[in-house]
Amino acid sequence: MTEEIIIAGFGGQGVLSMGKIMAYSGIMQDMEVSWMPSYGPEMRGGTANVTVILSEERISSPIIRVFDTAIILNQQSMDKFEKSVKPGGTLIYDGNGITRHPERKDITVYRIDAAEEATKLESTKTFNMIVLGGFLKVRPIIKLENVLKGLKKSLPERYHHMIPMNESALMRGMEIINRLN
Amino acid sequence: MEKELRLMKGNEALAEAAIRAGADGYFGYPITPQSEVMEYLMQEKPHERTGMVVLQAESEVAAINMVYGGAGCGKMVMTSSSSPGVSLKQEGITYIAGAELPCLIVNVVRGGPGLGTIQPAQSDYFQATKGGGHGDYNLIVLAPSSVQEMADFVELAFDLAFKYRNPAMILSDGAIGQMMEKVWLKPQKERNLKLPEWGTTGKTPGRERNIITSLDLNPAKQEQFNHKLQAKYREMEKNEVRYEEFQCDDAEYLFVAYGTSARVCQKAIQLARAEGIKVGLLRPITLFPFPKKIIHERAGQVKGILCVEMSAGQMVEDVRLAVNGLIPVEHWGRMGGIVPTPEEAVENLKSKIIGG
Repeated sequence: MTEEIIIAGFGGQGVLSMGKIMAYSGIMQDMEVSWMPSYGPEMRGGTANVTVILSEERISSPIIRVFDTAIILNQQSMDKFEKSVKPGGTLIYDGNGITRHPERKDITVYRIDAAEEATKLESTKTFNMIVLGGFLKVRPIIKLENVLKGLKKSLPERYHHMIPMNESALMRGMEIINRLN
Repeated sequence: MEKELRLMKGNEALAEAAIRAGADGYFGYPITPQSEVMEYLMQEKPHERTGMVVLQAESEVAAINMVYGGAGCGKMVMTSSSSPGVSLKQEGITYIAGAELPCLIVNVVRGGPGLGTIQPAQSDYFQATKGGGHGDYNLIVLAPSSVQEMADFVELAFDLAFKYRNPAMILSDGAIGQMMEKVWLKPQKERNLKLPEWGTTGKTPGRERNIITSLDLNPAKQEQFNHKLQAKYREMEKNEVRYEEFQCDDAEYLFVAYGTSARVCQKAIQLARAEGIKVGLLRPITLFPFPKKIIHERAGQVKGILCVEMSAGQMVEDVRLAVNGLIPVEHWGRMGGIVPTPEEAVENLKSKIIGG
């Protein structure tokens, strides 16, 4: 089993750290993982994206053009990556700020209003964990317990008191994700 | 300390591996995409862990000359940079080669020429394998293609450098430096405080003084010295060639690629084989000494070779020399910081080799 994922959004949305938690969680499940960020000028104030590959086998190219799952968090990323989902693949997006919704019929589209939910929870920092929860619901590749272990491993110890809050954000994400087609 | 599993960037894994290998000193100057090497070392404070010295020099030129000095004392010292910075170091590197000193130089390559871009490239192959500075010399050049190899090759590079008293280079690229993968880190090795007998460690009763220099004004002696260097390089070619083969046994065609391009080709092989094209990969791990013998052997079994490089075609020249006209050898690559995609690699295998 290999899952090739792109997570794309604005810098500051926690795109890279969401990918890092996914990668750590994969390790907790004895999987091979790779985490390849876009780096450099395109990240300054613009879009940030990261390719995460989780696999039971040795990972070939960490840089790929088509993905099993795209997690899209702003309009620029929608324009860029909707077409990069493999036929039969999965697209998950946050509706906040999206003016052109996904149009493809050959992939499964899910919407998760994580930004809105994070505002309701009065904790905008949990935004990426809500999205990750939604992903885990529809692509249950990693077990929740391994995500929590991954979270513990990727967060510095001084933030460990925030793990319960992140856990409830993950659970909330699992509840609010909606299939659109 | 046991072996430890971590999720790290290639640059960080290399830095941690240097501490654990028992390096004595790191001297560098920041440049993207390898700045994490020194950032990580500064955070880790290896001086408190092992006594290893980490110093940000005032320039790349200063850093390589600090390495020259440390190596002259017989210390296990290193520097790292990216393409424009490595160009600046070339004078120091040829002096170190000429003085027969061991050290490690890391190049996390970015697009060129000039300042170029900060994205991954492999366009420094000529510089790394054909000298780089002036004079007839070679570096030992290792090309990692994973974060694990970024870590593992530090100790290997130092071992080879000391074995041959020759500078070694890890030739990586921005993708491997920046990506995170899982990495098994070896336990901490003790720093070796016993210095080699050739080092300039101060006046020692009972032995001739040690002189570290790359200058001999007597051309006859200098030629003798050049013969000695060449004999050393031939010895490396005999003993130190390293490569990896991937689905070569039934292959009708072959990719030859190193570093990030080799990873891209592994994916390209999956795609091509799904279409019934039997293609394999030969990945040189040592770029000097180059695995010419196995490439020549494989050329007798396959119909054509495509070299995939993030350059205008540099390693392809060494592959052509190894193949010596037996079969067609073509190059395909992207430049300027663009990483080729597996799909493009398959298309080019078809158009340049299979259909060609």
